[in-house]
Order: sequence, then structure tokens, then C-alpha cells
Amino acid sequence: MTAASYFTGSDEAGSAATLKDDERRERLAIAGLSLPALLLVAVCLIIPVGSLLALSFIGAQGNLSLENYQRLIDNKAYLAIFLTTFEISAVITLICMLLGYPLAYFITLLPPRAVGFAMLAIILPFWTSLLVRTYAWMVLLQKQGLVNSTLLKLGVIDEPIALLHNYAGTVIGMSHIMLPFLVLPLYGAMKAIDHDLIRAAANLGAGPIVRFWTVSFPLSLPGLGAGALIVFVLSLGFYVTPALLGGGKVTMVAMRIQKSVALYPNWGAASALAVVLLVVTALVLLLGLWIWRRNRGNRPVMS
Amino acid sequence: MFTRKFFALALLTSSALLGAGAAHAEESITVASWGGVYQDAERAAFFEPAAKALGITIKEETLSGIVDVRLQVQSGAVTWDIAELGSSDCAQGAKEGLFETLDFTVINKDGFVPGSFSDHWVGSMFYSVVLAWNKAKYGANPPKNWADFWNVEKFPGTRSLHNSPGGPLELALIADGVEKDKIYPLDVDRAFKKMEEIKPAITVWWTSGAQTTQLLKDREVDMIAIWVSRAIAAQKAGAEVDFTFDQGELDYGCFVIPKGSKKKDLAMKALAQFTSPELQANIPQHIDYGPINIKAFDTGKIPPEKLPGLNSSPENTDKQFVYDAIWWGDHGGELQERWDDFLTQK
Repeated sequence: MTAASYFTGSDEAGSAATLKDDERRERLAIAGLSLPALLLVAVCLIIPVGSLLALSFIGAQGNLSLENYQRLIDNKAYLAIFLTTFEISAVITLICMLLGYPLAYFITLLPPRAVGFAMLAIILPFWTSLLVRTYAWMVLLQKQGLVNSTLLKLGVIDEPIALLHNYAGTVIGMSHIMLPFLVLPLYGAMKAIDHDLIRAAANLGAGPIVRFWTVSFPLSLPGLGAGALIVFVLSLGFYVTPALLGGGKVTMVAMRIQKSVALYPNWGAASALAVVLLVVTALVLLLGLWIWRRNRGNRPVMS
Repeated sequence: MFTRKFFALALLTSSALLGAGAAHAEESITVASWGGVYQDAERAAFFEPAAKALGITIKEETLSGIVDVRLQVQSGAVTWDIAELGSSDCAQGAKEGLFETLDFTVINKDGFVPGSFSDHWVGSMFYSVVLAWNKAKYGANPPKNWADFWNVEKFPGTRSLHNSPGGPLELALIADGVEKDKIYPLDVDRAFKKMEEIKPAITVWWTSGAQTTQLLKDREVDMIAIWVSRAIAAQKAGAEVDFTFDQGELDYGCFVIPKGSKKKDLAMKALAQFTSPELQANIPQHIDYGPINIKAFDTGKIPPEKLPGLNSSPENTDKQFVYDAIWWGDHGGELQERWDDFLTQK
């Protein structure tokens, strides 16, 4: 029974026709309410992306051409940029999974009041500008920075190690920024796990390790998958952090797009890059969705 | 009763204000520049005195480069009457037809050396890119020139260059032994070959002026090719830094009138003011750069003790080479792409 039919009190009549009518009315109302959002998406997303797509097929002479895509194949630098982008995104996703999983699991074990604090600590960085967080990492990671000077004092290293203006700095900074995107959905999935299932497993004689691997872990996988996917996809389009922490040595696709627009100036080349990134990202999302759907079939009990 | 009177008065006042505003809007122009201490200096040296002399209001905005001007012109929504750009951007933009033609019967170019103006743009002030180093690191035996900068064995240490082809490629050629009057046209292949040599030793490819000051202050790099005002800023902040004008790169900023400006005649008059010897002579009081109009040195407004530190003073000009913006305007786009490819390759 729908909520609408309950409130209109038509359950007495109970006829299928009234129910259907109610349902249709409700659907229309919801459609009406989401119209502004749909319009916004159309204006701010579909039209620009459409014109981007169109631009990518226009050559330097204003003619219809594939030269913007041909360039991506001919110039080996573009392949290197795409490889770097995907490699960094994969590394960051992996790091976030390794750091985020124990963290999310730990939070589920906390007493309710402590959970609030823990969540606050995770969400707090969201309230700080991305730029500020990135600059904070510069202060920490530079040659005379906190990390290097501490390690030097402790005698772990004899010379400052290069943590900034390179690949390592980019990965450290981006992992920190991405971690909440993994922890939040993962924590949600873990919290939804029915504790009776774990108790049942214990009842059947499973130890803590077996309980974790056969009950908790499989049930947390959708959350982990969702979090990892968000982290990976967001990382693919990152600009600010690699630009500031990479020291000019790390080039990701978004950075090249910016240069194509601002410096070359070649909107066609930029559009082609953006389209390829968009398509590849969409493919990754579809792949993730497909794996998720496939696994849902043979997952253990969960409503 | 009181309220009605008050309301009427308020209405009257606001309409009077609006009217005044409308009348005033006729006599205002909008100038866009780089912001920060640079625009502060321009405001004090150029904008405020010019506004006063012409009896107009100069509104200010900031830009990030030629891309902003290009967007305004191409979309037909030009809101800036004057924009300040880097020299090669001016040359490139002129080629693209983004600027109005300047009227040199209004702007007096007498004090301008060839190459510091064209039909579509006029220089604003001279910048210099110089070799600066960490005094604590090198002590009495610092690097003296770009060959030393490239010499990793004799001068170990971390280094930084601009993440841009214009500039570093010239320095590479000088390091490779090219005389400073024979740099142009650039032997691009030779320059990139020399760049490959230094690439592993570069800790940071810097992207902004503020960043370079920070790099010196934090001792993140021991040697850097840097805008001289930024090196002086590091010195003033207490960093143990020294620099030399020898083999420095004399470059300049430039003013343009974006094509389609509705107040181009007034903008032309303002440009005449900005580039006059009198206002040009104000520059050294506000920023460590030199006037581009060399007649500024005849005004007597520049204190003699400022001259040794001034990048466009006659004695320092001789030590440096002049960046060829026109050449870069013709080759900048393609070389930028080659440069980015060069940095991308491992």
C-alpha cells in the first residue's frame, strides 16, 4: 500500500483502480517536484557536455574532423598522461581502502557518543577548503617541513627525503582528501549489517576471524565497492592537488585540459581529452555497477 | 507623516545618487591586471595618478592571463577597457586579433625602445628573471651564471625553473654557450637537449611568483631562476638569498585594449598616462621593477641610490638579454605543447 492511499483513506474501498490512480497522482507530483532539479541538470550538465562533444569534432580550420582524437593517438605524451592519471587514481583508491576499512570498522565498534566524535573528525576536513588542505600538506612535507625535521631529529634519515613536488606528495595529499569519500559509504554499509547474523555465526561455533571473513566482510563489500568507485572516479578528474603537490612532474588529464584551453589555445584538443576521460570514467562506472549487480545475486542473506 | 516625508526624502536622495552614478559611469574605465602586490604597485604608480589627471574613475579587476581576454573578446562581452598581460601573450593575442589598434598620436612612444611596443600593445614595466641562490648553502662560492646552474657536480643542490618554455629555453642556450645577442631565433632542438640535462636536478617547476618567494624562504630550493622582485621579497622576509643581474632575462608586462571595448578612446588616454615618463618614474617606489619608458630616468624622480638595484637601469640593462616577445608570439603555442610533453615524459 502506498503512503498516499493510506492517508486518503481509500484502503476501505480497496479497489485496484483507486490505488492505481493514487499512485499515478503521486508519481506526477514527484515528477513535478523534481522538475527544477531536472532543468538544472539539463542546463548545467547536458547542454555543456553536448557542446563539448560537438567541439571535439571540430578541427583547427573550423571543419568537421577527427584531428583532435588523432592527436591523442599520435602524440605519446597523451598516453603517458592517461596512464599516470589512472595509475594515481588506482593507487589512491587502494590506499584509501587499506586505511579506510579498518577505520570504518573501528568506528562501528565505538560507543554511540564516540561515534559522533569520530564522524566529526572525518567530516571536518570537508569544511576546510581543498586548497587550504593542500597547502597544509606542503608545509608538512617540504624539505624543512614537520615530517622531515622530525625524522631527522629521530635519526631515521640523514638527509631530508623528497616527499613534496613529486609523485609521492601528490599521492599523500590526494589520499587524505579522498579518504572520507570511502569511509562514509563503507561505515553506512557496516552499520546496516544485522548483528543477529554475527551472533548466529558465533552460535554455530565460528571464531572472531571466521565470523569476520564469512559474515561481516562480505556484507560490507557493497559499501566498500561504492566508496572505492567514488574515490577512483573523483581522483580521475583531480586538478588542484596534483598541480600544487606534483611540482610540475605529475601531469593528470585535467591539468592538460586546462593547458589546452588556457595556453595552446585549442578548445578542440581540450574537448577531445575531456570526452575521452568522460567515456572512460563512464565505462569504469558501468563495470563497477555490473560487478555489483552480479555479486548481489549470490550474496548471503540481506534484506 | 514623518515616515512619508522620510520616504520621499529617501527616494529623492537615492534617485539623485543613481543619477550621479549614471553620469559618473560615462567617465570610468575598467583595468584588469595580475592582482596582489603587483596591482597594488600599479594602482599607486599608474591608476590613481592617471584617474586624477583625467578626472575619471578607474575600476579594477584581476585576470589570470590571455585566456580571460580571449574569452571576453570571442564571446563579445568585453567588460575590460585595458588589460595587462605578459609580453608573449601580447604578441600572441595581437596575432589572433584580440586587441584594438593603439593610437600613437595619443600615446607618446618617444621613450620606448624598439620591441617594447607594437601596433596593438605597449609595455607597462620591465621585469627581470635572474639567477638567485641560497647564501647559506653556497657561501663565498656561489653560482655566477646559467652554466653554473646547469653544473650539477660543481654546484650540488636543489633547483627550480619556471614551468613554461619561454625563459628556461633561453637560459638553456646560454648555459650551452650561446652568446646573449645570438639567442634568437631560438635553436629549439638544442635548447630542449640541454633541458634534458638539467631535468633530473629540478626539484620544482614553479608556476607562480608567490611560490618562488616561498621556495627560497623555506629553503626548499638552493638555486632558482626567479623574477627579481620575488627574490627581493624573499630577502625582505629574512631569507638568506642573493642574486645577480648577469645573464638575466629582461622581460616586460604590457597593456592592451581588448577588441570591442566601449571606451577605447578614454582607455587610450589612460594608456598615454600610464606610459608617460612621469608616472613610469613612480614604479620603483612601489615595486622592485624598472620603468619601460626610459625617459623616466630623466625626470629626476628616481632616487640615484635606487639605480643599482633597478633592473632596467642602464648599467643593469647591459648585463641582461631582452626577451623576444614577438618571436614567442609566433611560436609560443606549439612550443608550450612540446614543453608539456617534455615534462610529461619520464
